Amino acid sequence: MTTNGLHPLESLLRERIVVLDGAMGTMIQQYKLSEQDYRGQRFADWKGKDLKGSLELLNLTQPQVVEEIHAAYLDAGADVIETNTFSGTTIGLHDFLFQGEPKRKDQEFFQRVVDDVDLRALVHEINFEAARIARHAADRVANETGQQRFVGGSMGPLPVAGSISPDVNDPAFRAVSFDQLRQTYFDEAKALLEGGVDLLIVETIFDTLNGKAALFAITEASEKTGRRVPLMISGTVIDKSGRNLSGQTVEASLISLAHAQPLILGLNCSLGPDEMESFVEELARTSPYYMSAYPNAGLPDALSPTGFPETAETFAPKVAKWAENGWLNVVGGCCGTTPDHIRALAKLARQFLPRVVGTEISST
Amino acid sequence: MILRLSGLEPVNITPEFGFVVIGERTNITGSPKFSKLILAGDFEGALAVARQQVQGGANLLDVNMDEGMIDSEAAMIRFLNLIGSEPEIARIPIVIDSSKWTVIEAGLKCVQGKAVVNSISLKNGEEEFLRQARLIRRYGAAAIVMAFDQHGQADNFQRKIDICSRAYDLLTKQADFPASDIIFDPNILTIATGLEEHRNYAVDFIEAIRWIKKNLPGARVSGGVSNISFSFRGNNTVREAMHAAFLFHAIRAGLDMGIVNAGQLAVYEEIEPDLRERVEDVLLNRRDDATERLVEFAENVKAKDKTPVTHDAWREEPVEERLKHALVKGIVDYIDTDTEEARQKCKRPLDVIEGPLMAGMSVVGDLFGSGKMFLPQVVKSARVMKKAVAYLLPFMEAEKSAGAKPQGRIVMATVKGDVHDIGKNIVAVVLQCNNYDVVDLGVMVPAAKILETAREREADVIGLSGLITPSLDEMVHVAQEMEREGFRLPLLIGGATTSRAHTAVKIAPHYRASTVHVLDASRAVGVVNSLLNEELKSAFDKKTREEYERLRQEHAAKTRKKNLLTLDQARANRTPIDWSSYVPPEPEFLGVRVYATSPGSAGCQPAVAGSLPATSEDGSKTSGATKVQRASRQAAEMDRLAACAPQKISIELSDLIEYIDWSPFFHAWELRGRYPAIFDDPKIGKQSRELFDDAQALLHHIVTKNLLVARGVHAFWPANSTGDDVELYTDEERSEKVATFYFLRQQIQKPAGQFNHCLADYIAPTPNPQSAIRNPQSADYLGGFAVSIHGADELAEEFKRQHDDYTAIMNKALADRLAEAFAEYLHRQTRIAWGFGRDEQLSYADLIREKYRGIRPAAGYPACPDHAEKRTLFDLLEAQKNAGIKLTESFAMHPGASVSGLYFSHPDAKYFGVGQIGGDQVVDYARRRGEPIAAVEKRLAPNLDPSV
Repeated sequence: MTTNGLHPLESLLRERIVVLDGAMGTMIQQYKLSEQDYRGQRFADWKGKDLKGSLELLNLTQPQVVEEIHAAYLDAGADVIETNTFSGTTIGLHDFLFQGEPKRKDQEFFQRVVDDVDLRALVHEINFEAARIARHAADRVANETGQQRFVGGSMGPLPVAGSISPDVNDPAFRAVSFDQLRQTYFDEAKALLEGGVDLLIVETIFDTLNGKAALFAITEASEKTGRRVPLMISGTVIDKSGRNLSGQTVEASLISLAHAQPLILGLNCSLGPDEMESFVEELARTSPYYMSAYPNAGLPDALSPTGFPETAETFAPKVAKWAENGWLNVVGGCCGTTPDHIRALAKLARQFLPRVVGTEISST
Repeated sequence: MILRLSGLEPVNITPEFGFVVIGERTNITGSPKFSKLILAGDFEGALAVARQQVQGGANLLDVNMDEGMIDSEAAMIRFLNLIGSEPEIARIPIVIDSSKWTVIEAGLKCVQGKAVVNSISLKNGEEEFLRQARLIRRYGAAAIVMAFDQHGQADNFQRKIDICSRAYDLLTKQADFPASDIIFDPNILTIATGLEEHRNYAVDFIEAIRWIKKNLPGARVSGGVSNISFSFRGNNTVREAMHAAFLFHAIRAGLDMGIVNAGQLAVYEEIEPDLRERVEDVLLNRRDDATERLVEFAENVKAKDKTPVTHDAWREEPVEERLKHALVKGIVDYIDTDTEEARQKCKRPLDVIEGPLMAGMSVVGDLFGSGKMFLPQVVKSARVMKKAVAYLLPFMEAEKSAGAKPQGRIVMATVKGDVHDIGKNIVAVVLQCNNYDVVDLGVMVPAAKILETAREREADVIGLSGLITPSLDEMVHVAQEMEREGFRLPLLIGGATTSRAHTAVKIAPHYRASTVHVLDASRAVGVVNSLLNEELKSAFDKKTREEYERLRQEHAAKTRKKNLLTLDQARANRTPIDWSSYVPPEPEFLGVRVYATSPGSAGCQPAVAGSLPATSEDGSKTSGATKVQRASRQAAEMDRLAACAPQKISIELSDLIEYIDWSPFFHAWELRGRYPAIFDDPKIGKQSRELFDDAQALLHHIVTKNLLVARGVHAFWPANSTGDDVELYTDEERSEKVATFYFLRQQIQKPAGQFNHCLADYIAPTPNPQSAIRNPQSADYLGGFAVSIHGADELAEEFKRQHDDYTAIMNKALADRLAEAFAEYLHRQTRIAWGFGRDEQLSYADLIREKYRGIRPAAGYPACPDHAEKRTLFDLLEAQKNAGIKLTESFAMHPGASVSGLYFSHPDAKYFGVGQIGGDQVVDYARRRGEPIAAVEKRLAPNLDPSV
């Protein structure tokens, strides 16, 4: 798979701007699936909580929907598609799939979640299937077009944070421990690797400690499966302060995560292109890695059909401009973006040369 | 290469960055203030210390929680989590500092930034070093690497650079560690100690910096600066000048960072020129008299600082008299200056010891020998002596003289399986006062270690100590080993359960050399003198052997005479209790309740514990919790409740004081009498009062500073007796057994109207399965408890380091008293829970005389002589988890200041001694327990032959 000793993805990164896909959730919403649809045949008799909204479950119950969305993004020109596994962890899915409502969600509760045998088996299956579906879609299009397409295993954030107290009255309290974070991400990473992803994408990192646990887990999962793939890390800046939810600046967060030696590092989610711009510039100045950015289609706007204001026509030029400025290697879209956004963006951004990165630290 | 670290904000340490200041005040081992706050549970106050360091200009914050009396991991986690919600502090990167890897790893799991680990080293070999380094990489931290390997700390230039370059190669080549993430600490060691080999320490360090910076590219160098000046503790003028001058030279050589008190650094240029010259002479090892010249300067500074002290009349006497006075009276206040004066008068420092100090001690010895001084005073005198010797030691070593030739060397130990050492420590001190060299091996010492040490150190005598009965067997074992290995040294036996008879019958026959029982510390010197004196030796040995032979004969005669009942006869004569007309009291709870002193916090009631108000859901997405509010008063309240998890009851050390039985405290000091009448004793009254006052002062100190931690647990279980056993059940159904206690019955023939007791007699028998189930008469309960005072050993070590054995021993004796008081306190809570204790009106004397209903016999004591029952009790109570008490292989409780036992509620329950038992009961007992007879015989040896 390698040429000149480089991973094919890195070869491509050196050659041109690489295009990532857009939102999965936004697309699924457009199918207006019912509770029955979410359950499918397999969970028709499910006795637990309602499953509507459990997007990752669709990998098992409506795999054709997921594959259709992948196909649409590939058709729009995406080089990398992300598996439908953003919340595909035991902790990420516990609200749907784990029985029992504790008085207080604390480490004792989450220990039960991450240790739950049935939930772990289900999570493994979800991720493995998701990787398989995306692999199938990507390989089909690659064969048709003769252009290699990559599958990125998406590892999103969790509903709990390792370095933030959810109880303002008890600042030393932590709902979840590092080891629990590590365990929940390990299960996801292992299944994605076994399912055949080309790279792993730890994204929307709002608490760097969660991110560090995910990276720790990936190392363990790579050892366990014997598969080592390139890593993409993407943090999120929550507002104009330029910090993530746990309070770190972009550069501080980069320093905290650099030990994982990612191939690509960047920002996504939370902000639209207007708000994200200065942070993209800052990171591009300091980061020694290939650089990615995939903002939301603006700040949430309930009146827009997708829930976000930026259309393909307004979104694409703003992101493409960062590529023009030489800040980027990877572009794409997060919440509220559609295949139209990606098609417009791919067309504009591919005109520009990729950002040049020092070779000695670029690859794992 | 840049060292990149982060807190909430980045810190990029480039060559232009300048000296990196690591704030040191959040180190529990180095900052008394911080330590006090953490020990008191005042984390808010501790955060303020951290904030000060950041405001004072610290670039990194060193956090260390290595303190024996707290759960360091928990404290590290809590403190780092709290820092996490203080953006002002969390701004800068954390240095996670611990000598324990588990604490470091716990810390790494709490910080989102890129931290620094302080430290790892090759101390435990390459494999462990690499394992830790690889984990540090995975957690994403940089590491300080100490110049330390299997052979110890690197103290000279060559060792420093050898170890650092070896570590560098391992890290960069085998652990994938970027060179820029490596920070070496080549050990800043104390100079100006007066010892020749310490003189070049600063130079070696500075040269090591230069070498590392040149030869190990990318690596940085750090160090704990205040170490350099420990010799001048208490003299801040000199210390600060030393720090400033040292940093000046070290930074020029390439020192990148240092652990210093941020905000309190003197400026090199501002050091007074004379002082600066003297300091640099010492630092750079520029002249032979550098240390003396700096000491001279320091004394002038000190003299200037000090306000004149009011002198007592004895202070006008010549120095020899003053030393004698100080020794006899146990006054340490002037000992350093007086010793120094004497040293200057004498030709050699040794002459001070052999002259005035020994003269003073021989007065003490005479007074003690003639009963005019008592043990506490002698120990106080010893403290003065030790301090004087400690003062002289550096001068003597500097002179390379051999030191006073001791009269003899004694290796002492509390034997394997036992942890009790108060008596042994007293004997050690008394022997030391008499110019014996004592090698104290501490507690739980295996026979092999004792013998090996005796051989290596060429001991003249071996002394064994022990308190619990299994230790008697261990002593026999040590004697056998000595015989087997051909030892001919005298063997001394001491400790509460030992006796002349036991030594004569059980130990002496196994060892051909002198084996002597020593009743108490006051006899120790006499015995040792006699054993080691060429003229007295043979007569003393002959006399002892004759006496022991007589004891053996008496013993043999006694054993033959004993009249025992058969076990069946004894059972027929059980304690008569009419269970049909008695309803056992029902406790208000079943299962365990845990008690602990939570340092500094107010108590919380069990009523509120367990019903925590539900807190807000995680909400991390919506709460915008970046700026989590600082803990409010309400939050502190929540913490307190959370700390008191269900059934955990918080108490204070001060709650226990009124339950202390003081008489045994005086016995520990060999002052025989009952408290408080002992104060009126014409002979020892005054001395007892003084001792008591000292004890009160220390107790006050301990209680106000929370220096000891009390942890305990008690419990109730539904129980019924079956024969001589008591069965415990999981619940009121009484269908599922959780455990069985096996008790022994008296077999000695009793006069008419007296009974052959067994503890099982006091618990209602299991009802006949045919009869109506669960009638109230048969619903009986057994209680159990284990309590402990933690921290006494560590505290005693601290006092010993200050050459203060008096306070060290006192502290342990008090811890023992507090543990007993805790047991008494908990027994009262137990009686209250049982109901019948609610209306008790007991005076202190009533309490001490146990004038209440029910008993609390303990395993290993006369009513229940088998120590193994402790195992059952500990498992039921989860005593290790709930009270932090461990059992040794001989069933001794560790820490030593621990008490455990069972609670019986029946009004007729009373203490008794099982006494001698017959072989039939041993067989029966072994069968019930499912153990080999030999194992039971070994444990019950004293009861099979109780005359020793």
